[in-house]
Amino acid sequence: MTRLLASNAILVAAAITALGAFLMPFAVRRGRRDWLMLGYAAVYTNFVLVTVATLALVWGLVSHDFSIAYVAQVGSRATPTFYTIISLWGALEGSIVFWAWVLAMYGAAVVWFNRNREGNLVPYAALTLLVVSLFFHVLLIGPANPFGAVFPVPFDGPGPNPLLQNHILMGVHPPLLYLGYVGMTVPFAFAVGAMLSGEVASDDWIRLTRRWTVASWGFLTAAIIAGMWWSYEVLGWGGYWAWDPVENASFIPWLTATAYLHSVMVQERRGMLKLWNLNLMVGTFVLTILGTFLTRSGIISSVHAFTTGTIGYFFLAFIGIVLIAALFMVAGNSDRLASDGKLDVPVSRETAFLLQNLFFTAFMFTVLIGTLFPLVAEAARGVKVSVGEPFFNKMSLPLMVALLFLMGVGPALPWRKAAGPELKGRLLPGIVLGVLMLVAVIVAGGRSVYAMLAFLFAGFALGVNLQEFVRGANARVKAHGESWPMALVRLVAGNRRRYSGYVAHIGVVLVAVGVAASSTFKKEQEATLKPGETVTVAGKTLRFKSAWGRQERQREVIGATMELMDGDRVIGTIEPRMNYYPTSQQPVPTPDVRSGWTGDIYLNLMAFKQDGSNVTVKVIWEPLVPWIWIGGLVLCLGAILGAWPTGDRPATRTAGAPALREGAA
Amino acid sequence: MNWKRASIAAATAAPVIALFAWGLTRDPNSIPSPLPGREAPTFALAVFAPGQGDLARPVGDTVRLDALRGKVVVLNFWASWCLACRDEHEVLSEVARGYAGKPVQFLGVLYNDVPDKGTAWIAEMGGQSYPSVDDPGARVAIDYGLYGVPETFFLDASGRVAYKYTGPVTAGIVRLKVDSLMAAAQPATPTAPAAAPAEAAGPANKTGSDK
Repeated sequence: MTRLLASNAILVAAAITALGAFLMPFAVRRGRRDWLMLGYAAVYTNFVLVTVATLALVWGLVSHDFSIAYVAQVGSRATPTFYTIISLWGALEGSIVFWAWVLAMYGAAVVWFNRNREGNLVPYAALTLLVVSLFFHVLLIGPANPFGAVFPVPFDGPGPNPLLQNHILMGVHPPLLYLGYVGMTVPFAFAVGAMLSGEVASDDWIRLTRRWTVASWGFLTAAIIAGMWWSYEVLGWGGYWAWDPVENASFIPWLTATAYLHSVMVQERRGMLKLWNLNLMVGTFVLTILGTFLTRSGIISSVHAFTTGTIGYFFLAFIGIVLIAALFMVAGNSDRLASDGKLDVPVSRETAFLLQNLFFTAFMFTVLIGTLFPLVAEAARGVKVSVGEPFFNKMSLPLMVALLFLMGVGPALPWRKAAGPELKGRLLPGIVLGVLMLVAVIVAGGRSVYAMLAFLFAGFALGVNLQEFVRGANARVKAHGESWPMALVRLVAGNRRRYSGYVAHIGVVLVAVGVAASSTFKKEQEATLKPGETVTVAGKTLRFKSAWGRQERQREVIGATMELMDGDRVIGTIEPRMNYYPTSQQPVPTPDVRSGWTGDIYLNLMAFKQDGSNVTVKVIWEPLVPWIWIGGLVLCLGAILGAWPTGDRPATRTAGAPALREGAA
Repeated sequence: MNWKRASIAAATAAPVIALFAWGLTRDPNSIPSPLPGREAPTFALAVFAPGQGDLARPVGDTVRLDALRGKVVVLNFWASWCLACRDEHEVLSEVARGYAGKPVQFLGVLYNDVPDKGTAWIAEMGGQSYPSVDDPGARVAIDYGLYGVPETFFLDASGRVAYKYTGPVTAGIVRLKVDSLMAAAQPATPTAPAAAPAEAAGPANKTGSDK
């Protein structure tokens, strides 16, 4: 019953999106507003139907309806309800359902908010959204159909992959990632709409989608950080980033999106970089699809590999169509995208943005080439080669350091004109803070040039960006006699876009400091301990108290209780575990982390004697790692500040739409 | 609309798409071995599990690959911690028994494991018909470029690697390879066409090996 409801909902949704997409160009050509409304109705109906299908699948999971292929594949009666619900995105088919749902939601929302805008931009954007939706429906009907029938109906299923039911972040990272990834379809659809409607020379598509882009970027940023956190908490190797193809797939579009968020300001302010921005946005979308293709098709080997089938060919066809159409449209429109302004002086805010874009693009190509290298090498020379962490680290460190530096210089430089004498005052706090951090890192024993530069520029960027808040608030205190906290709030509220950027910069600095410190000063040791014995790493002493085991509903847990000592006093316990799931012979390591302001004590249980007489643990001192997660939160705060909708939505060119006014009031 | 520029730009997508299309036909997890067609790396390893009946060799006996010239050798790398090895265990024992008395030597090589555990595993699995040797320090595994277990190497009578198989083998594959190598070892007769080693050296890759 549930199965039929869901699969029919997808079938009907596919038919309606196809009809809507077919109708839209005629509606525009003939100027038929009633047809246009039908096209928009297709967008909304699609959302309703995909919501029905998604909820039906979730209901199937929760009610253990093993007659549904997907439930039989990932469900089990022993799995806790939370992990049962989120196994919606635990395997290929369910994740495509979720993708289609997020896409339908974005499409319905963005069309609804812009439905009264005259001109052909929104209709063509809606057309694009419908076409992309249709592709995902085709996947759901064809190679990724979760609603196949299972007969005879099994009484129980194997449950999700053990690694995917072992940590709560499984409920956080994937939805954030989809919200970010899929959200990039919105600005892309409007970019396509702008090109098809001939409105490409105006900045309207950019203004209309600005908040959507910032929000998607925020989700993607949060997803990447949450993914790092998850891998850190779950995988037991004490790291958070390994340049795995799947990690890279989320990072590559993030790089172009970040470049876009900056360069778009140059277009809005100066009318420059129009073609470039169009390329960045279209490129970001292509890269999200490319990333998905790389990770779902099994073309590149990765630890995250999804099960594969013919889906790769569908994605390939879609990428081919998108890539050809995008290149064709962008190049065809390039004549209309001449710059209105030009670079006046060599050292100005514009230059900082240009350099920033250059570095981000170089970064993107570095990661992309590194990820595709195994494929290219095999095609060109017939050899199996892959590039690993050393390549990525070597190539990206100089870029990261340069970007940190720019993040400090940029905000201090004025638009258009050369920097005046006040520049010194704006940079000074940064220089002081940077030098202090450089001294600190040298005192702490850091000898690598990159570590020193990273700390120097991180301090510099932090100082300059903080200084912007202090200066602005001080000016308000003087001018309006406001209290300092009030001045700060009003300052940010009055120019949320600008200060949201500075907040995000501060978040990046915190992440950079955490990454630099943990890669430079990490200490680790493995020890086999009998009860009462201790191990000391980086001045932290841990005593092995006991090993224990317990049976939980869906798994068996073996753990070791380790006591954190301060002299003879126990100041805390840390309990690394191994979880044994019935479907997997290998235990899932479950490290335990004790966080403090200065870093984490990270414990992983490596081995144990059955009788509990000894255990082998890996102890890692991870300096400043918590600051990466704090930085991630600050970045999100920046994104929220920048994307939060308010009454000051940019006026659309057509003021003659009363519904819009009512809606906005 | 600049049609010319648009067409040129769109054409640049072709090589990218071609690369991906080609990539889809490849298995990214397969690691081609340069060994097939070459002289097999020699070794001298001590037996820790004797095997049964006619196939048995005493524990502690040293197996030298050089001494096996003239026989087809099936070298199976395995470990007690390897799950996929359980799948092929029965198959290998069974097929090996069928070749008793023929110029074929089946040999298990224990990889990254201790003989005690290996012996216990064999007992748990209900015995193994052919002997297994220990490979301390995985020296021989390294010589053979082992990527994971199980991997099975088929050596021809002249001591060359004819074929490598990744993942659990099936009875059909083992019989096919051993028969063709035995046929090649005899003077060619009209009824038994010799299979060239190179022909048998095509990559066969199956997932399911433990890395």
